[in-house]
Amino acid sequence: MDAIILQVLNGLDKGSAYALIALGLTLIFGTLGVVNFAHGALFMIGAFCSVTLQRILNLSFETVDPTRTDFLGNPLKVKTPYVESWFGPEMGSTIIDWSVPLAILFAIPIMILIGFVMERGLIKHFYKRPHADQILVTFGLAIVLQEVIKYFYGANPIQTPAPEALTGVAQLTSTIVYPIWRIVYFCFAVAIIGAVFAFLQFTTFGMVVRAGMADRETVGLLGIDIDKRFTLMFGLAAAVAGLAGVMYGPINAPNYHMGMDFLVLSFVVVVVGGMGSLPGAVAAGFLLGILESFASMKEVITLVPGINQIIIYLVAIVILLTRPRGLMGRKGVME
Amino acid sequence: MFGLDKKDSTLLLIVALLTMLAPFILNPFPTDSGLAQFNAGYPDLMQRFVIFGIFAIGFNILFGLTGYLSFGHAAFLGVGSYSAVWMFKLLSMNILPAILLSVVIAGLFALVIGFVSLRRTGIYFSILTLAFAQMSFALAYSVLTPLTNGETGLQLTLDDPRILGASATADGSIPVTNLFGLEMRAATDMVVGPWSFTFSVGYYVCAVVMLISFYLAIRIFRSPFGMMLRAIKSNQQRLNYTGLNPKPYTLAAFVISGMYAGLAGGLMAAMDPLAGAERMQWTASGEVVLMTILGGAGTLIGPVLGAGAIKYMENIFSKINDNVLHGWFAFLPDGIEDFVVFVIHPFVGKGWHLTLGIIFMLVVTFLPGGLVEGGQRIARFFNRKKADDPKSASTEPAE
Repeated sequence: MDAIILQVLNGLDKGSAYALIALGLTLIFGTLGVVNFAHGALFMIGAFCSVTLQRILNLSFETVDPTRTDFLGNPLKVKTPYVESWFGPEMGSTIIDWSVPLAILFAIPIMILIGFVMERGLIKHFYKRPHADQILVTFGLAIVLQEVIKYFYGANPIQTPAPEALTGVAQLTSTIVYPIWRIVYFCFAVAIIGAVFAFLQFTTFGMVVRAGMADRETVGLLGIDIDKRFTLMFGLAAAVAGLAGVMYGPINAPNYHMGMDFLVLSFVVVVVGGMGSLPGAVAAGFLLGILESFASMKEVITLVPGINQIIIYLVAIVILLTRPRGLMGRKGVME
Repeated sequence: MFGLDKKDSTLLLIVALLTMLAPFILNPFPTDSGLAQFNAGYPDLMQRFVIFGIFAIGFNILFGLTGYLSFGHAAFLGVGSYSAVWMFKLLSMNILPAILLSVVIAGLFALVIGFVSLRRTGIYFSILTLAFAQMSFALAYSVLTPLTNGETGLQLTLDDPRILGASATADGSIPVTNLFGLEMRAATDMVVGPWSFTFSVGYYVCAVVMLISFYLAIRIFRSPFGMMLRAIKSNQQRLNYTGLNPKPYTLAAFVISGMYAGLAGGLMAAMDPLAGAERMQWTASGEVVLMTILGGAGTLIGPVLGAGAIKYMENIFSKINDNVLHGWFAFLPDGIEDFVVFVIHPFVGKGWHLTLGIIFMLVVTFLPGGLVEGGQRIARFFNRKKADDPKSASTEPAE
């Protein structure tokens, strides 16, 4: 029993990452009708936002402490981060410690801006082109973004540790222990997904966007500038992907190809959920995440060797062949 | 010639000439000159040009003609490599049976995957092929290790049976791949003044195979079967209403392109007898998509050009480092020289992927027909100029 609960928990945190990326992908596809292969790169850029903030917070100046000497007998040089000198050592080190959660605030404007630039600068010109062209140009963009990040940050993964208070494990029941940060990640993902759905469901803006997703032309005829709203949705989708990346940093140290690794799986998730269906994307994300972690249980692997490597693809194939439009796909989308 | 019309025969002849003279054409710079590093005429790279050319020609038969975008073609290449290496291990070091087996096995593999994947179209088809390829990749790494030797990759060993050949040569080393005794590794050098040209048996074997597959591709493009595939691309629904079932045609195209990929994989193993799972990863599938689009999908020569361009960049561009750059721009004043090198630096050497990504984006955005369309536009531009002159001179007043 414990093993099953543990696997569900394990699946939830991977599933949250899949669900968040798939949600953004579906938002873009549902609103703009564009298949965005650069979405994984946005996830990766989000993770590097937190790396950047961490570096900014650690900017420090050197002072010479005449009372102490280093091992050569010279006066000791002490590095003090600027934040520590501005806010006092205690507050300063707390800020540095909490750099990953703080990076959420830092990443939102950056990701929205990147989303705007991408949509207005590139994607806009591809609305009328075939889906294959959209896939290809965003694939090229993904390569470019990845290489730019590699140029500035190098090829090695960079650690972005979680705050001291949120590391370690939580004793959930007498037998189940689970890393705190993964619980945080899951709650964060649920909050973001809830916020996006609430935004679409309960605001006038969201209503207009949903109307535009259903019938773009009619909404335009009503005198609403739907393009402007869709651009904003692109920014929002980019921010969702970026935040998923920021918070994923402590689980897996960010490196420049993490986006591509997630992209392939998230596309499978989106297709399994059904192109253009937001609830489908989220459900499929969690479903595949949980199935993946179940398949990596020892008992299952001894029963069916190698199943943990292929379960996601296997499920995708079965679902696509039995339910042609995925779990909750609409008719006539991308066929 | 061979049942081709005049235009296609010319194209085939040009390609044949280019491939046969490749050791000269790709080595335009004297060996000791500063530009020698742009020489691409060494056997290893030339073999890769033609092998990936075959791979891309095959991919183009599926994508260019039917419009089905497969993201899992590398799986067939990998399967082809594995079967060829197994043939070397079990039967003999002759490459002919190995390549035959790799084509057959890849074809069977494509038949199964295609039969299932082709039940869906659009992005669902892409994801299905991707899923199958990733599954094969993951299985080759883990469960199928007895068959694929996992991470290490499948290699020849001294205690392989090799029924029709020797397990080891007289001096106790692993025998090399050959075609009825003609060793693939054999090469002759020709030195003309400061130039040096290498003619390798392996390259010419690959080149001949490439020419045959190119010829077959032309025949497929021009056949009624090829017309049918184009009809599927332009309007599948209308085809259904005419009472035709497109499935057998798409499946045939899928299997043919899978066999081309298997052939490429088999040749790759024949040139260098080892096979690894990374050949099946989705990035490898993405690479052949890039090659085909960059050269021009749906055209005959495009995929070969694209394969050549990408492999050239991968092997030559990536070797340019800061020292080389400083050498080129030494004539500039120091400050400007440093600045120019600083600007170019991210795009060459290890950053060649960046250049590739940018070029690819530009091509998709402005030249949807790839390099071939670019060439046609330039040709049209010059033709128009030429055509304009006599016309303007010969305008005579009506009546």
